[in-house]
Amino acid sequence: MTLVSREGIQEDPWVFVADDAALPEGGAVVITLERWQRDGNALLARSGRLGICLRSDEMAEALAEALGHFDLVALEFPQFKDGRPYSSARILRERYGYTGELRAVGDVLRDQLFFMLRCGFDSFELPDRANVKEWMQAFEEIGVVYQPASDGRRPVPGLRR
Amino acid sequence: MYQYDAYDHRLVRERVAQFRGQVVRRLKGDLTEEEFRPLRLMNGLYLQLHAYMLRVAVPYGTLSSEQLRMLARIARKYDKGYGHFTTRQNIQYNWLNLEDVPDLLADLASVEMHAIQTSGNCIRNVTADQYAGVSADEIEDPRIYAEIIRQWSTLHPEFSFLPRKFKIAVTGAPKDRAAVRVHDIGLQMRRNEKGEAGFEVLVGGGLGRTPIIAKTIRPFLPKRDLLSYLEAILRVYNQLGRRDNLHKARIKILVQSVGAERFTEMVEAEWQHLRDGALELPAETIAHIRAFFAAPAYETLEAKVPAFEAKRFEDRVFSEWCRTNLAPHKVPGYAIVNISLKATGEAPGDASAEQMETVADLAERHSFGELRVTHAQNLVLPHVKLADVFAVWQALAAAGLASANIGLITDTITCPGLDYCNLANARSIPVAQQISERFEALERQHDIGDLKIKISGCINACGHHHVGHIGLLGVDKKGEEFYQITLGGDAEEKASIGDIVGPAFAREKAVDAVETIVETYLARRQNGERFLDTYRRLGLAPFKEQLYDAR
Repeated sequence: MTLVSREGIQEDPWVFVADDAALPEGGAVVITLERWQRDGNALLARSGRLGICLRSDEMAEALAEALGHFDLVALEFPQFKDGRPYSSARILRERYGYTGELRAVGDVLRDQLFFMLRCGFDSFELPDRANVKEWMQAFEEIGVVYQPASDGRRPVPGLRR
Repeated sequence: MYQYDAYDHRLVRERVAQFRGQVVRRLKGDLTEEEFRPLRLMNGLYLQLHAYMLRVAVPYGTLSSEQLRMLARIARKYDKGYGHFTTRQNIQYNWLNLEDVPDLLADLASVEMHAIQTSGNCIRNVTADQYAGVSADEIEDPRIYAEIIRQWSTLHPEFSFLPRKFKIAVTGAPKDRAAVRVHDIGLQMRRNEKGEAGFEVLVGGGLGRTPIIAKTIRPFLPKRDLLSYLEAILRVYNQLGRRDNLHKARIKILVQSVGAERFTEMVEAEWQHLRDGALELPAETIAHIRAFFAAPAYETLEAKVPAFEAKRFEDRVFSEWCRTNLAPHKVPGYAIVNISLKATGEAPGDASAEQMETVADLAERHSFGELRVTHAQNLVLPHVKLADVFAVWQALAAAGLASANIGLITDTITCPGLDYCNLANARSIPVAQQISERFEALERQHDIGDLKIKISGCINACGHHHVGHIGLLGVDKKGEEFYQITLGGDAEEKASIGDIVGPAFAREKAVDAVETIVETYLARRQNGERFLDTYRRLGLAPFKEQLYDAR
């Protein structure tokens, strides 16, 4: 797995902790929604930073109240053609004003990166086989956007006015 | 007509370059077929029985002469010299090599065309009334809004991996010529009590294996809210549409399972977050797009043109063609000319490169360089002076394009079927050809009157058989082609799904069965009833009796 942002390859300080694994004392951990709902208080008592990972069938709305506790939200694409995380990403960014790291994990492929970036993802776990330099060109291939999304780009209808 | 500006040009150019890269990666093996598939589909490229098929978008069915000439050139250069116009106002090429497709797309881009989102689980080419801008009954030209939707939906980052494909149709007139009630979203322009124009929003219509007529979820939507409301519908669908079963993934199944009322509540709740935001359509954006669809420079003409009337009187063949193929134009002295692509014995919707060029020339000379593609797989010259109609007809006749059958029994809608399609169970084209031969006599066709036959080669219903007055569905029975017949379907304002008449008919009996149905209607009709009226009055029983019991 290679973690990238639009700037390039990134170090990954986050550790994913499975639901049945013990929590480390410190350090940045990513947990599931289920664990958050079960062990929320214990998690908040820790000193380290918290991240959460949502499956594609878990709605962003489930985080509405708790979002302030997380420095990372990871949204999982079980298959690239499952498009639900795109909606979750935009809801987190645009409705709840989430400004922390929003990470695409799971079946993250080159030709979806442009859409992910537009929906507000800012970090991407690429598979080991990825040719990182080549894949990152996907961010730059299309320079025209027609609709507002979470990336702050000005869509064409606005540019025409 | 809409004209690209620098932004639109840049987008299609970059899209071609992107696809060229994807094709290179596929040919090198860097992309698996499974990974390549959604990418090629989002560029309209299918892998069919014999070759790659490309579906090119004709946005809301409007083409210029220059564009049609390019479609002809593409047919010659990359295909076998013809193309197939589809029920969603697109054109398909059936015999392509993958390596050629990027160049083909570059040729299309040079005339402001593309194949973006003509396939795949995304928002497809937006369709509209083929008489947009020229029919007297319309509130506003639906193409203004179809173009706004085209732009909004193009490479939409949130809605490119929906549970399933998504089709939107817009009509500006009360008479529904765009089949909006069998689309995922249908938009029908309406006026509210203040006289303002807006949209009735219908959701969850569709054909396929579960045919459903769309439900109205909002009787009136102001124009400024069009895109935010569409985004709310699409978001609810993207989040909640089923992804576990391909056959239950369309929005119609979601609407059906939660109920139209609950679905409406969910959309309205989502819309509260989106309305009055960045998607609001300012009047100047609408005005900017509307300007492209301004009426051409019509001349002031007399409504009656004696020379035209005289030709109609003198020439019986011309007169018959006028009777079916002309429609009234909103401007005096002009006519809408329908060009049938249903010549006897030909594949419905097919046009040769030469025919496309003939039509392009005629549009240039007689129709302000503009033409239309209809969802019934025909072409239209939207603005022809009545004084020119005879000359246009002569030129069409010389090109084999003067079939006088618009709206009659031989004007079938037909999917490509097993001759091309790897989903099909049976052939469709030969059945349509046989119908066109059996009912060739024009006098008999006129006697039968308004009768829409629609033929699909499989349950996916690309030939819209469910909404044919007579529908034929190809089924496979132990390797033999059979055809199940439905009666009483309708795709217009009073949309209805046809009723299955009984057990399917073997290939060689199918057209006989159609003839029996027609004869039963002729024997039972009262005072000029259309087939559909007679069927609605009598129901299945008399047809069933003649088809099954009388044998």
